[in-house]
Parts: sequence; C-alpha cells; structure tokens
Amino acid sequence: MPQKRSIRIDGELVQVARGETILDAARAAGRTIPTLCHFDGLRNSGACRLCIVEVSGSNRLLPACTTPAEDGMAVTTSSPKLTAYRRMTIELLLAERNHLCSVCVSNGHCELQALATSIGVTSVRFRYRYPALPVDQSHERYVLDHNRCVLCSRCVRVCAELEGAHVWDFMSRGIQLRVVSDLDQPWAEALACTNCGKCVQACPTGALVEKGRAVEEMAKRCSQVAQVAMKRGAPR
Amino acid sequence: MKRIVIDPVTRIEGHAKITIHLDDAGQVTSTQFHVTQVRGFEKFVEGRPFYEMPGITARICGICPISHLMASAKACDAIMAVRIPPAAAWLRELIHCGQFVQSHALSFFHLSAPDLLLGMDSDPARRNVLGLAAKHPELAQDGIALRKFGQRIIEAVAGERVHPSGIVPGGIGQPLDPEIREEILMGLAPARDIARKTLQLFKGTLDQFADEVAHFGAMETMYAGLVDAAGALHLYDGAIRFQDAGGAVVQTVAAERYADAIGEAALRDTYLKAPYFKPRGYPGGIYRVGPLARLNVADHLGTPAADAELAEYRQRFGRVVASSFHYHYARLIEIVYALERIRILLDTPGILDTHVRARASVNALEGIGVAEAPRGILIHHYKVDEQGAMKWANLVIATGHNNLAINRSVEQVSKRYVHGDKLEEGMLNRVSAVVRAYDPCLSCSTHASGLTPLRIELLDAGGRLLDEIAT
Repeated sequence: MPQKRSIRIDGELVQVARGETILDAARAAGRTIPTLCHFDGLRNSGACRLCIVEVSGSNRLLPACTTPAEDGMAVTTSSPKLTAYRRMTIELLLAERNHLCSVCVSNGHCELQALATSIGVTSVRFRYRYPALPVDQSHERYVLDHNRCVLCSRCVRVCAELEGAHVWDFMSRGIQLRVVSDLDQPWAEALACTNCGKCVQACPTGALVEKGRAVEEMAKRCSQVAQVAMKRGAPR
Repeated sequence: MKRIVIDPVTRIEGHAKITIHLDDAGQVTSTQFHVTQVRGFEKFVEGRPFYEMPGITARICGICPISHLMASAKACDAIMAVRIPPAAAWLRELIHCGQFVQSHALSFFHLSAPDLLLGMDSDPARRNVLGLAAKHPELAQDGIALRKFGQRIIEAVAGERVHPSGIVPGGIGQPLDPEIREEILMGLAPARDIARKTLQLFKGTLDQFADEVAHFGAMETMYAGLVDAAGALHLYDGAIRFQDAGGAVVQTVAAERYADAIGEAALRDTYLKAPYFKPRGYPGGIYRVGPLARLNVADHLGTPAADAELAEYRQRFGRVVASSFHYHYARLIEIVYALERIRILLDTPGILDTHVRARASVNALEGIGVAEAPRGILIHHYKVDEQGAMKWANLVIATGHNNLAINRSVEQVSKRYVHGDKLEEGMLNRVSAVVRAYDPCLSCSTHASGLTPLRIELLDAGGRLLDEIAT
C-alpha cells in the first residue's frame, strides 16, 4: 500500500505519494512554481534554483524540484522574499553569458526570456560579462552556442536518460563550466551522437538550435520530448 | 586662425560634429565633418552563424533596418547560392518600398521641413517638427500619415515595424496575406494624394532658396546608383552605375563586383570611412549616392507619375542635377515612385504565392548583397567558413559614399555663410541643413549609437574656443 504524505502548500493541505517532491505537491495543488532546469520525465538536478520555496522549520530556501515532500511540511511557494531571490537568479543568468534577445534565434520562444518577463526582470543590476565563447557549428543539422547556455543540464539528462547516448556532459568548474560533447570533441565528431535532436528540443534557450533558423524562428518542441520521457515512466 | 565647431549636429540620424577654420580676417579656410562614434559590427559578428546576420545587422539602425535586412539577406542568399522564389523577391521589394516611403517622409517632414517651411533663420526653439505642427498642422499630419503608411506595410508584410523578423536568408518568412494586400491597396490613394500635394507645395517654395540651391553642395562630382537592365531606377536589385558630372556613364559594375570600382579611404578626425571611385583615385573619385544621384544615373524611373515628375525636374535643373539642395526634391519624387511600385507589385500575378523561401546551407564561402537604402547604395559583403561561421564582414554604408561630398558641401556652405568671429544661429543652421539634405545616417555609417545631435565650435588661430553653438 503506497504511503501518502500530507503537506501544506500555501496553507492548502495536499496528499502526495512517497518519493514525490514539493514541486509535485505544488502542482497537485494547482500552484505554479517557476522552473528552468526541471524537465518533465527526467531526473531533477536542482541546478537553476528558480524553484526555491520557503519551508517552515528550515532557515534555508529549498529547491522544490529536489526536496522530497514530507509529512507535516508547510511550504510557501510565493512571497516577496522568494520573488526577490528568483529575480536575482534570473539577472545573474542573464549577466553571466550573452542573452541579447533581439538578435537571438530563440527570441519569443525562450523559457529564460519568458521567466524573466513573468518574474518582472526589467533590468539587470549586475555588469554583463559578455564572455567570447565559441559556437560549435560543426554538426550538419544543429548548432551549440555556448553564449546562450544557462547550464541547466537538460541536454545532458535527455541524452543520457531518454536517448541513452550520453553525448553531453560538463567540463571544468565554476565560471569555466561548460557543456561538452564526447569528452570535448566538436559535435560533428561525437561518435555517440545519434542526431536525434532531443537535446535541441529540450534546451530552454537559444543554446542548442536547429541550423539555419533565422532570428526569432527557433521554436522548440519541448512538450513532445517531455511526453516521450513521461511515457517511459517515472525517472529513478 | 580661428575654429568653429558645430557639435552636435541636430536633426540627423547619429552623432556628428563640424569644425570650421577661419583665418585672421574671419574668412573660412577649411572645414571638416566628423562622425564621432564607432560601433564595430564588422568585428563582433565574427564567429556567428551567417544566417543570423540579417537580424544582427538590422540593429545597426532603427530608421532603415530594412535596408540592412535586404542587403544582408541577399548576401546570405549568395552564400546559400540559391535563387529565391519570385514572390519572395517581390515581397522584399514591397517591404523595401514601404521603408522608402517612411524613411523619406521622416527626412522631409520631420527633419528638414522645419528649415524649408519655417525658414533657415527662424527661431531655433520652434524650428522643429512641433513648430511645424503649430504653423502647418495639416502638413505635419500628412507627414505622420505617410510615415505610418510605410511603417504599416513593413509591419504587415515583414512582422514588425522596426527590426522585423520576416526577411530571412532564402526569401521571406511568411507569404502575403490577401487581406493585407487589400489593406495596403486601400491605403495607397490617400498616400499618393499626400505625396502629390507635398511635391506641389515644395516646388512652390523653391524660388525662396535660390541662394541655398547655388551653394548647398552645388559641385561637380560623379554619381552612383543601382539601375536595372533597362537603365531604370531599381531600389532592390540591379547593377551599380557610375555617371560623371557631365552625365556620361563611366562604368556599370555588377553589384558583386563592387570592389573593382569602390575603394575606401580611412580618414583622420572621423570614424567614417570615405569611399571613392577607384579608377579616379582618392579624393578625385568623389561621387554622390542617394535620391539626387539615383535620379541622375537612371535613364528613367519606370513608373508613369514619377517619370512625369522626373521630366519636370530635369526640365528645371538639367539632365544632371548638381546641387545637393535638390536631394529634398529628388526624395519627394522617390516617394511617388515607391508608391507606384507598391501598386505594381501588389498587382503582380503570383504576389500571393505561398512558396516564398528557398532553403540551403553553405554552398559558397563568400556572399555580397547590394540594395539601395533610402540614403544610397548599401553593400554587405561576408566571408564564412565551411560550417557557415562568419569569418569576415565588410559593410559599405550609404552615408559613407557621401562622406567626401558632405565634407565638400559643408565647406561650400561655410564659405558662403560663415564670416567673422561671431556666430549667428542662422548661418550655422545652414551648415547643418546641408548635412541634413543628404539625410545622413551616421549610426549606420560607422555601424554608432545614441542620440542625434550636432555641435559647432569657433576657434581662433591658436585653437582657443571663441564661440560655440549646439543646433
């Protein structure tokens, strides 16, 4: 018999199954928590920290996507404090690399842009770093633009968990961290790549895109990839 | 020796200043037109996928992004080595004509009409579009309406009014919606009425400006513009025709061979390069581009009402019109032409075709795209690697071609109107007004950004500032 957990989301009592997260519980309660690195059907990594929530009894803000729902928890999903932190997180993401929406192929179809708009980011208080990062255009059909990457790891997980190819992973640490294909080979030389394009569709920004898409033309098909991932069953 | 500096020059697009040197007797000895910003588009696009270039280079300008989109998309077409579908070419020209209407309307009504209709010596506080609206409300409204019509065409066909996303490598993003076609057709008659009425009004004022006509860049230069195979004006496509001051065709080069005919000199004291006609060297190869030059180089315009206006224009001023003051007149005739072209394009069978895009990846490592911007010939030249990454870009901008001519015109106007060590506003306004006649887009020409003013300083022989005016 499955053990149910009872938790309060913004005061509302919600029952969730064992192993489910605060994010699952919040969604069951009809609450929207902003997410970026979360991808339905894939393992959560807790990378972006946008889904942080307040949990009574904890003096830290916890990521809803990786924190298991436990009996008796009282969770706040929305507060001025959370909004301030989420806004700062978005600003830091925008400042870290190059997210000039107006000339991006994903302009108008970008999850980072949509989040920034919904959270009310109208300016960035941090100095833009504008690193000159390479653009891997070696693949016949796709392009990886490190300048637009937010290191959410959705490409890494969708390739490893759903396609089973594990072409993508991370290299280096801290500000140097970046996504690499096949131990830092040009994408075209990544032997494990099946050219399936799931990484492109799962990418929330204009970092992984279809080649030849002009500015504003790169609309992703995230939900189709997510549906396939969900049908596979819950990630373990 | 004294020096006057006009910094910033106002009612132009971009930043500029003018320096005027005077001798001890207060006579003008030399002048220099400086463009004071640099932007570096050619450098920072290196490494980007080539098909992003239309979107990126459109941001060079908010007035004429369409010109950059056209030249850039054409350079990309060349890299893809595709022939774009006919409907795509027609739609690009349609959008381009919409831009000519709005940009020329901006130049005439908003930027130059205050000088022309309120007077060069009128109160500078009121010598602007608001002063114009107070004195000639109907004219100001006409200007706004005409500009709106051009912008609406751009928005309806290409997606957005400024920096639209619908002009893409290989063609156009969306086919023309039949309802949009009807809407534009409906708007043509009122737009034509405004254009005709404004031309009549302008022609009536010309007699007041005899002195300006004689001194606003009335000089012998060559002219350059795009013409089609029949020698008619073409804004979207064609070969570059160079004509000498006497009206003889010196050379016609295919657009992609532009480098055979055009050299670029880098100058001290300005970020704006100075293109010149190579066979005649620098600075002897001075030529002008833009409305005045286009009407000079074309045998005819190819549309009835515009050709009738052209005939009258040539009857008044000759086959080759040399005074840069007549840029204004030529600009108004081009509005008439653009409106007629819009009608012709909308009536072309196949304009509603749904096949409007060719697709390909890199098939050539180099591509050149040329179109007429409202201010003159615009050239985008790209080199890419085999993966399609930009390796090199050269943008030759309309206003750049006119750099030498603007300099020479500023000198001519200064020598005529500037005397002594006390600046009078009206005299300096004429120095600025001759720059405005060219409708320079300096943000484009140095690929610079920001507000759009011009400043004049007066300095003595020792370089001391005697007087200063921001116009």
